[in-house]
Amino acid sequence: MCRIGAIKSKNYVHPSRALHLMQSQQKGHDNSGFAMVMQDLGGIFESYKHLPTLSMACTDEGLNLAENILHEAGFRRVLQWVPETSPSDDLDIIAMPNYVFETFSYPRSYNKSTQEEKEELLLDMRLKMRAALEPDEQGFVYSFWPDVVTLKEIGDPRDIGTFFNLWKPNTNFTAKVITAQCRQNTNYDIVRYAAHPFFLQGYTGLANGENTFYQKNKEMQSTLHRGYIGFESDSQCFLYSLHYVHRQLKWPLQYYKHVITPLPFEQAKRRDDAEQLIAIRQSLANLEINGPNTIIGVLPDNTLFTCCDAKKLRPVVIGRDEETIAISSEVCGINEILPERDWSTDIYPNEREVVVINDELEVARWKQ
Amino acid sequence: METVKINDTTPNDLPWKIRYDASRCTLCGSCVAACSFRAIEAKVERRRMVFSEGDLPDPKSRFSAVPVIKQVNSLANYCRGCGICEKVCPNDAIAPVRNPDTRHPIVSRCIGGDSIKRGGRKNLTGSIRTLDQLRIGRISQMTDPSLDAQRHTFDMLAPFGRILPADKLPISVNSDGKLITAGHTPPVSWIYPVIIGDMSIGALSWRMWEGIAMAVAYLNEECGLPVRMGSGEGGAPSRLLKSRYLKYMILQVASGHFGWNRIIKAMPEMIEDPAGIMIKIGQGAKPGDGGLLQAQKVAEHIMAIRGVPKTDLLSPPNHQGLYSIEESVQKMFLSFNAAFKFRVPVAIKVAASSTSVSVFNNLVRDPYNIVGGFFLDGIDGGTGAAHEVSLDHTGHPIVSKLRDCYLAAVTQGRQGQIPLWAAGGLGKTGDLAADAFKMMCLGASGVSTGKLILQMAGCVGNDQGRCNACNTGLCPAGITSQIPALAHRLDPERVAENIVNYFLAMDQELKKLMAPIGNSTLPIGRSDALVAVDKAVADRLKIQYVC
Repeated sequence: MCRIGAIKSKNYVHPSRALHLMQSQQKGHDNSGFAMVMQDLGGIFESYKHLPTLSMACTDEGLNLAENILHEAGFRRVLQWVPETSPSDDLDIIAMPNYVFETFSYPRSYNKSTQEEKEELLLDMRLKMRAALEPDEQGFVYSFWPDVVTLKEIGDPRDIGTFFNLWKPNTNFTAKVITAQCRQNTNYDIVRYAAHPFFLQGYTGLANGENTFYQKNKEMQSTLHRGYIGFESDSQCFLYSLHYVHRQLKWPLQYYKHVITPLPFEQAKRRDDAEQLIAIRQSLANLEINGPNTIIGVLPDNTLFTCCDAKKLRPVVIGRDEETIAISSEVCGINEILPERDWSTDIYPNEREVVVINDELEVARWKQ
Repeated sequence: METVKINDTTPNDLPWKIRYDASRCTLCGSCVAACSFRAIEAKVERRRMVFSEGDLPDPKSRFSAVPVIKQVNSLANYCRGCGICEKVCPNDAIAPVRNPDTRHPIVSRCIGGDSIKRGGRKNLTGSIRTLDQLRIGRISQMTDPSLDAQRHTFDMLAPFGRILPADKLPISVNSDGKLITAGHTPPVSWIYPVIIGDMSIGALSWRMWEGIAMAVAYLNEECGLPVRMGSGEGGAPSRLLKSRYLKYMILQVASGHFGWNRIIKAMPEMIEDPAGIMIKIGQGAKPGDGGLLQAQKVAEHIMAIRGVPKTDLLSPPNHQGLYSIEESVQKMFLSFNAAFKFRVPVAIKVAASSTSVSVFNNLVRDPYNIVGGFFLDGIDGGTGAAHEVSLDHTGHPIVSKLRDCYLAAVTQGRQGQIPLWAAGGLGKTGDLAADAFKMMCLGASGVSTGKLILQMAGCVGNDQGRCNACNTGLCPAGITSQIPALAHRLDPERVAENIVNYFLAMDQELKKLMAPIGNSTLPIGRSDALVAVDKAVADRLKIQYVC
């Protein structure tokens, strides 16, 4: 079973806190990998929030291929950060030769482009790089987006932390939102792309559970958007549905829950908005999910939320202090990083609830 | 004594021979009275008996006339093997026996000069049914728990009506962040995934039709199962059309337009919309052939409902004036949508065919969005009357064709936009829940069943040529007869009870199949839940092969 966690803070937070959040739950995951997405970046990336950062693990050849693609398109590198690594034979990690975190300026031709045009360009570039690096596994392009970095690796999360020196807090590599998960894919093949969190155009999704509607979701999503690719994990479907509902259809977040876990007809019919709810259910029946799940998501404006499957078959808890909110599969993770908090205010969401946290750390609990 | 010539038709030419034991027979006459085909009759046989009366052997012979039950040697009144004589015989003195040496297919054509007609299903049995080579093999275990069929709630509803893709919905966000609807969308009803299919009030006895209608009303109003019933081509009684029960009926128009005059006349007085309109283009059991109601079944009430004289009622193989799909869209679908002011789904029923995907593609791409359901009918379906050669030798199996249509929709990202409903021999083994479930996994929104409903009512026919006399109007169970004496053999309330009970059992069984795959809604398109024990079937249907 997966364990998932997220931290959202008023201050910049080092990934060591995410490691601590996850480490205490290690009996519940299988220590087969570590993956995290950091958003709203501090440290060395803080002054480059408006420019896209490429997060990639690759070979030397892969690095060449990717940089050439970006240069040809007119992107110019403005910042490069290479994490200091501490390789050792004692560490359980299947490391790639290069871990690349590079920030680029947009091509000149995009000086006058709209935000949306730039967002489409960034996606196209990532897809192009991914496709170019896929043969012979020359590399894995995780994200290419402003104010976002992604790290994924196969191995024991403790050792991955040691390898990247992530256990020691510093102020260079920080973010206000960190989502993390400590397991490689166990349902399908072990591939780096299969590890949550997944990221697409500002949206991040990670999940603890199974998606028994994987086949239906996948068949539907494959034709909905060019960015819905891979499907290395059944949990990618949650992210793609979030992206489709919120970004493509431009529906408010509350309708995401109505799409993935629609109310039973009996309940929907009694509501004032029955007409809309039933229309949504009809049209997006193939995006419904079934099976046990907890989902954590991040929106492009860094709003963090969590919700569960319709039968509440997976746990999740939200704890907070004044500065920080943490979401975790198990409460022990929160106890680890927020030991002084008032645990009586912890939230255990139910199967019809969406818990939403904004930048001011205001917590909203929506009933579906 | 009657002389028999070798060229006369005799029981050994016929498909069934009567086994009769004179020593057990009490001559009560029940069998003769019960045989609706007049295939047996009371006769007198001349018997010779040798006896001896004295102390020493002194054989003498005596002739006597003995009353017996004899099979009628006639192609008009041949035994259909229905076994009603055996059912009513108190002494087990009589029964039909299948005659493997029958010459019936030859002699009946030679003497009649006409094609053989019958009812029932395809009687040529081939390989093992495809559906029986599929198993529900994706069982939730451990981290992905199975559901509990008794405890959990399940949404047992399937869509019927044209569904727009989300980005085409007339939906916008208001200032409160709520979705609001402005504009019309095609009507969609959510109904039980098993429709009782398309048997007309002419094909069935009025008591049978009434029994089904009662069952449907009971299932809806007392059991909470929104089951719908297809009217078949032939209209419906005015009383039903003007009642609130109309909402459970899918009214059919086929190429003969039988019954539509009365439906249209009833429209101003309708207090409910019908559940749907079904335009029947073709039927799986006799594809390319039109409807056939033989004159012997056109009773007075049928003449009244359909507005016809007592004659063979033949629906043409095609709708007159329908030469292209575009034209059908314009003329028929639009006019029926308009007739009920775009409140009622209008669906199409076609026979499964090598060309089904093309037809489906045309409809799913139709920009007017006015086709609300694609009912695909396969070769194993039943019929009240058809030419035997059509029944046995034409048509296309439903399973792969339904799958083809679904996958065609998937390729275009249009799955679910026109709900696919499958029919044609489903529930043939008596186990409709399993068949329906598997068809849904392959992409059907639901299924439609007809022949099985007759069997619930007590139909004694089968797919090995037993009875199959629905066309004659002489149904021994009173199911497909318009003769009052025969129709009264059927108790409509018992029919309704059987159907209701079957549906309740099936509902439980569907849940018992949904629970292990972890589904609380119908498994439409969940082909990952199926495995095939035959490699060719697995490859053809694009599901996992297991061994």
